Amino acid sequence: MENTVLIGGIGGQGILVFGQLLCLAAMEATDKYVTYFPSYSMEKRGGTSDCYVTISDEPVGSPKAEKSDYVVVFANMALKKFQHALNPGGTLFVDTSVCTEKTDRTDVHVVEVPAGEIAREMGDARVANLCMLGAFIGYTGILPPDKVLDAAHKTIGAKRPELRALNEEAFSKGLEIGAQAKAAHAASV
Amino acid sequence: MERVFMKGCQAIAEAAIRAGCRFFAGYPITPQNEIPEYFSRRLPEVGGVFLQGESETASAAMLYGAGATGIRAMTSSSSCGISLMSEAIGWMAGACIPVVICNVSRGGPGIGSIQPSQQDYFQATKASGNGGFRMLVFAPSTVQEAVDMTYRAFDLAQKYKYPVYILTDGFTGEMMEPVVLPPMRSEEFLAAERKANEAWAVRGRGGAPKAHKIRCGTRFGVRCPLEQKNKEDWEMYERWKKDEIEYETDGTEDAELIITAYGISARIARSAVSILRKEGYKVGFIRPIKIHPFPEIAYEQLDYSRLRGILCAEMSIPPQFTYDVEAVVRKRAPIGTCLRSGGEIIERSAIIEAAKKLYGAK
Repeated sequence: MENTVLIGGIGGQGILVFGQLLCLAAMEATDKYVTYFPSYSMEKRGGTSDCYVTISDEPVGSPKAEKSDYVVVFANMALKKFQHALNPGGTLFVDTSVCTEKTDRTDVHVVEVPAGEIAREMGDARVANLCMLGAFIGYTGILPPDKVLDAAHKTIGAKRPELRALNEEAFSKGLEIGAQAKAAHAASV
Repeated sequence: MERVFMKGCQAIAEAAIRAGCRFFAGYPITPQNEIPEYFSRRLPEVGGVFLQGESETASAAMLYGAGATGIRAMTSSSSCGISLMSEAIGWMAGACIPVVICNVSRGGPGIGSIQPSQQDYFQATKASGNGGFRMLVFAPSTVQEAVDMTYRAFDLAQKYKYPVYILTDGFTGEMMEPVVLPPMRSEEFLAAERKANEAWAVRGRGGAPKAHKIRCGTRFGVRCPLEQKNKEDWEMYERWKKDEIEYETDGTEDAELIITAYGISARIARSAVSILRKEGYKVGFIRPIKIHPFPEIAYEQLDYSRLRGILCAEMSIPPQFTYDVEAVVRKRAPIGTCLRSGGEIIERSAIIEAAKKLYGAK
C-alpha cells in the first residue's frame, strides 16, 4: 500500500509544513517508509512552493511521485499546474477561499475547504494549512488525527506554545469538514 | 531505536559530527547549503571549528591544512564547486591526507543548473584532480544510507590515510526521511586516534629542532621518489578491489534482464524491478553501493546465456555509469539506457518502458 500526496501553493502558506507534519505523524504512528521532497522558488514569499509526500509499505522509489493519490492546492496556480498530477479516482483538496477556479478533471473527487476563510475568522490566517491538514485527515483517514496534531504541537507548537489552542481549533474544524465530506461522498455512492 | 525525520544534507552533517568530524570548511552553493549551515551551528557545540572560506578553492585548501594535523575533517560542495576544489583534492591525495569530501551534485557542465543530477560520475570516480589518483566513492540512495556512509567514510579515510568521497545528489540532499543516527564517537577514541596520527601529522615543533612536514608526493609524510608513491597508491587501489567492493544484487540468478543503477536512480530502478517482477518479467537488479572501486564481480557473475539485455538507468546525458558497465560486460549482452539529465528526475514508468523494450515485450 502506497499513499502519495502532492501539496502545492505559494511560499508563506505553510505548504512545506503541511507535508512535513504528515511525514512526522506517519513516522510516529506507523512503521511505514516515509519520504518528503520539497520544491520551491527562490522568493521567501509569493513564489511557488510545493512538496511531495510518499507513505508506503515498501521502500519508496522516486521521492517525486509521477502521479499522486491526493493533491492539495492552496492557489489557482497550483490547481492548474497539479490537477493533472492526480491519479484517476484520486482526491483533490481545494482551499476555496483562495482558489477561484475549478478543476477540469471529471474523474476525481473534490473536497472543497474554505481553509483561509476559517483561519481568518479565527483571527490568524496562518493556521489555514492546519485547517486543511485536518480536512485531509478527516477525509482520507490515512493517519490517526491525534498523532498528526501531536506532530504539529511538537514542531510548530514548540516555538510558540501559546498558539497550541489555536492550532488545535483550526485542525479540529478542518477535521470535521473532512469527515462530513467523506460521509457525503459515501452517501452519494 | 529512535527515528528522527531529517533532511539529507543535515543528516550527513550530523553523521559526520557523530563520526568525530571536528573541522569543516566550505562555501555556499545550492543544493548543499544545509550542510555548512548545520555545521556552523553544531560544530562549536562539540568543540569543533566551522569556517566559511572566501571561495571553494580556499575552503578545500583549509581542509588540506586541517586534515594534515590528523583530526577528522570534511568539506562539501556541489558539482561546479567541487571542480573548484579539485586542485586541493589532488594535493590531499598527493600528500595522503585522511579527509571526507561530499558532493551533493547538480546539473552541469559548468554552472549547469541548481537542480539535482548525476552528471559527476566520471569526475568522482576517475578524475577528481590531476595525476590519475582514485578515491573510495560512496553513492547513497536514501537518507539513512547517506548517514551510514558518511559515518563509515571517516573511518575509511583514517584507515587508508586518504581522501574518501561521497557522491550524492540534490534529491538525496533535499529530501527528508526517518533516520536512525549512529552513536557519538567518544572523545577518548578521537584523542587516541590523534595521538596515533602524531606519527605523520603536523602538530607543531614543540621546541624540537625538526618537525613533520606534509608534502604533496609522499606517503604518510615519508619522502620518496614520485614514481614509488604512484606505485604504492596503485597497490592500494588494487587492494580496494579485494577489500572495498560493495554492491547489492536482487534476483540476478534467474534473470533474463538486469536493471542496474546507482545512487538516487537505484531506488527508482528498484521500485521498477519490483513492478516488473509482479508483471511476470524475470528482472534482476544490480546496484553498486560504492561506485569506486567499481563492483565488476557483480556483472561477471551473471549468466549471460539467459540475458536479453542490461538496462542502465542514470541521470546523466550523455551516460557515464553506463560506460563502466559496458567495460565489464564486453558485449556479452545488449546494453540499453534510460537517461535523464539537467535536473530532471528519472521516472519509474520510463525505466519500466525501457526495460520492456529491451526484454522484447510480449
